[in-house]
Formats: sequence, structure tokens, C-alpha cells
Amino acid sequence: MSPAAALDSAVARYSLALGDDALVLCQRLCEWATRAPAIEEDVALMNVALDLLGQARSFLTYAAEREGLGRTEDDLAYLRDERDFSNVQLVEIENGDFATTMARQLVFSAYQYQLYEALSSSADEQIAAISEKAFKEVSYHRDHAARWVVRLGDGTQESHRRMAAGLETVWPFAGELFEPFEVGSELSGLTEMSIARDPASLHDPWSAFVTPVLAEATLEIPATAWAPSGGRSGLHTEAFGYLLAELQHLHRSFPDAKW
Amino acid sequence: MPTSREPATETGASATTSQHGWPLWEVFVRPRRGLSHTHAGSLHAPDAELALRNARDLYTRRQEGVSIWVVRSSDITASAPDEKDSFFDPAGDKVYRHPTFYEIPDEVEHL
Repeated sequence: MSPAAALDSAVARYSLALGDDALVLCQRLCEWATRAPAIEEDVALMNVALDLLGQARSFLTYAAEREGLGRTEDDLAYLRDERDFSNVQLVEIENGDFATTMARQLVFSAYQYQLYEALSSSADEQIAAISEKAFKEVSYHRDHAARWVVRLGDGTQESHRRMAAGLETVWPFAGELFEPFEVGSELSGLTEMSIARDPASLHDPWSAFVTPVLAEATLEIPATAWAPSGGRSGLHTEAFGYLLAELQHLHRSFPDAKW
Repeated sequence: MPTSREPATETGASATTSQHGWPLWEVFVRPRRGLSHTHAGSLHAPDAELALRNARDLYTRRQEGVSIWVVRSSDITASAPDEKDSFFDPAGDKVYRHPTFYEIPDEVEHL
């Protein structure tokens, strides 16, 4: 493979991973439609989901362009199988109750905040442009989640119990966010070229935001030795297959379906 | 009883709280600089900060605003519909309060 082709392929895979994160979390959040605790919150969650869908479309479109195989964003979203998705497992785990969803929103949007802030100065102009726009969106997502975590954690006995349980469920999946995408692959070259960011470098600023929020919410950081991982290389949880079936079945059953 | 849904004329707590016990808030949005805040609607939220954020999601989705105010509906004192006659009718025959008794120069636009 020529160096140019190798670079295209690496940028495509990086974009795909970022797009898959956004796409899968969007799909999960959409399960809250009509089911959120209040109609105002329903709209808030769907706004977040729509922002993520926009990010997913931008990254998948760019991934399709750079891989140069003639695929489109729809092909990538609807026609890949489970093992070809490179999203982290955090975004695919089931919603649980509202507190669990807010715990995941806090962990993930705080990560995306650091990621997009860093990628706004990516050497790849397209990634920089998508990230700059997305940064404003996830700033709001992070704020929204943090406020709910504080209110539920430092709320009633029952809301505290649920918030603590939600955090317990979500926390082990946070570690994967800061792992290298693929050890020793050409993706590490992207970091050296300032196209991508080393995920590990996002951990400390992420923690500097999340830790005080949890403290204000009177929640303790869960102690966990279990560190699930592997989403970036296509290993997913059992719940993911069902999510994908719901996401893809219409397109697969009616390939030319249009609204 | 008045049938309007103006908040201050409502009786009972159920009209100004949601099924979750969240109070009702009135939302005012300023469309752009130089204009004043205009009532956009109402929503339920547990506190003022979340009311602001809900208002952002519900009423400024299409870039309608540059500034939002939220006010607890129960803090608004509204005129009652059955006081309409005494409040507003007396102004009806006082035409001299309208600026119609002088010529407007042609050069003055937008008056």
C-alpha cells in the first residue's frame, strides 16, 4: 500500500470510529422518545440525539470519502455487521433508568468535550471543522448531564440510590475511552501527524471535570477492577446486536426506502 | 370563574405543577439585540437553571433567540379577564392619547 493510500485508510478508520460512537449513542438515546420522565426532558434528549446524528453523518461521510471504496454514509451505517463497528462499548449498553442514562451522558459527553476541543486543531481540515462544530453541541450535552447528575445524586434518598447504581453500571466502561484505538497500527501515526489525538491524553482533563461533578452530587467514584474493552476492534456486548437490528432492519428490508 | 389559563388566575396547585411536582415556568425569548423579550410559552422544570435549559431546547431550536428569561408562573400577577371592562375600556374614547394631531414630515420613515 502506498503511503498516501495507507493514510487515507487510517483517517477513514479513525473517522469511522468517532462516527460509530455518535451513531450508536444516538440510536440508544432515541429509545427514550416518548418515554422520558417529562416531555421537556424528552425534547432535551432528542436534541442531544439529533446533534449526535449530525456528528455521525459528518464522520461517516468523511470516512466513506477517504476509504475510497465507493461506499456512502448509508452503506456504512446500515450495511455493516456487528464486528465491523468500532464504537466503544459504553455507547451501546442499555439505557437502564434515567439516572443510568444520565451517568453515561456525563461520562461520554465529558469525553467528547475534551476530544472535540483537541481535534478542533487537527491537522486534518475536515476533522477539525467537524470537531469545531460538534464541540459547541457537546458543551451543552455535558452541561445538561452534569446538572442532572448533581440533582439526582444530591436529591432524595431514592434518586441518590438510583444515581449511584447508574454510575456503578456505567463506570467500568469509561476506561475504554482512553485506550489506544489499535496498538501498533498506523492509527498511532495519525497522532504523530497531529491528525488524531492520543485518547490517553484526554483522561486527565476529563477527570478534572467529572470528579468535582460527582463530588457535588455526593457520589463516590465506583471502585472497579473489571475493565471491559474491545469495542474499537469490533468486540461488542450482547445488547449491541439487538440495537443494530433495530437500526438496520428497515434499510436492509427495503434498500431504496425513502421518506 | 375565569376560564383563561393565565397563571395567576389559576386556582389550586395542580394547574402550576406537573405530575412530578415540577413547577410551571413562563418563558420569554428575545429574538435579537434591540428587541424586547417576548412571551414564548411555558414549561415544567424542577428549578430555574433546568427551566432555562428546557426553554433553550423547546423554544430556541431554530435560532429564535439570543436571550431567555424564565419566571415562575406563580410569581406572575395577571389581570383577571372579568376586570377587562374597568381595566381597558376607559382608554377607548381618549383619542387624544394617540399621536394623530400633527403632520408627519415625509422624510421621517418608520414612525
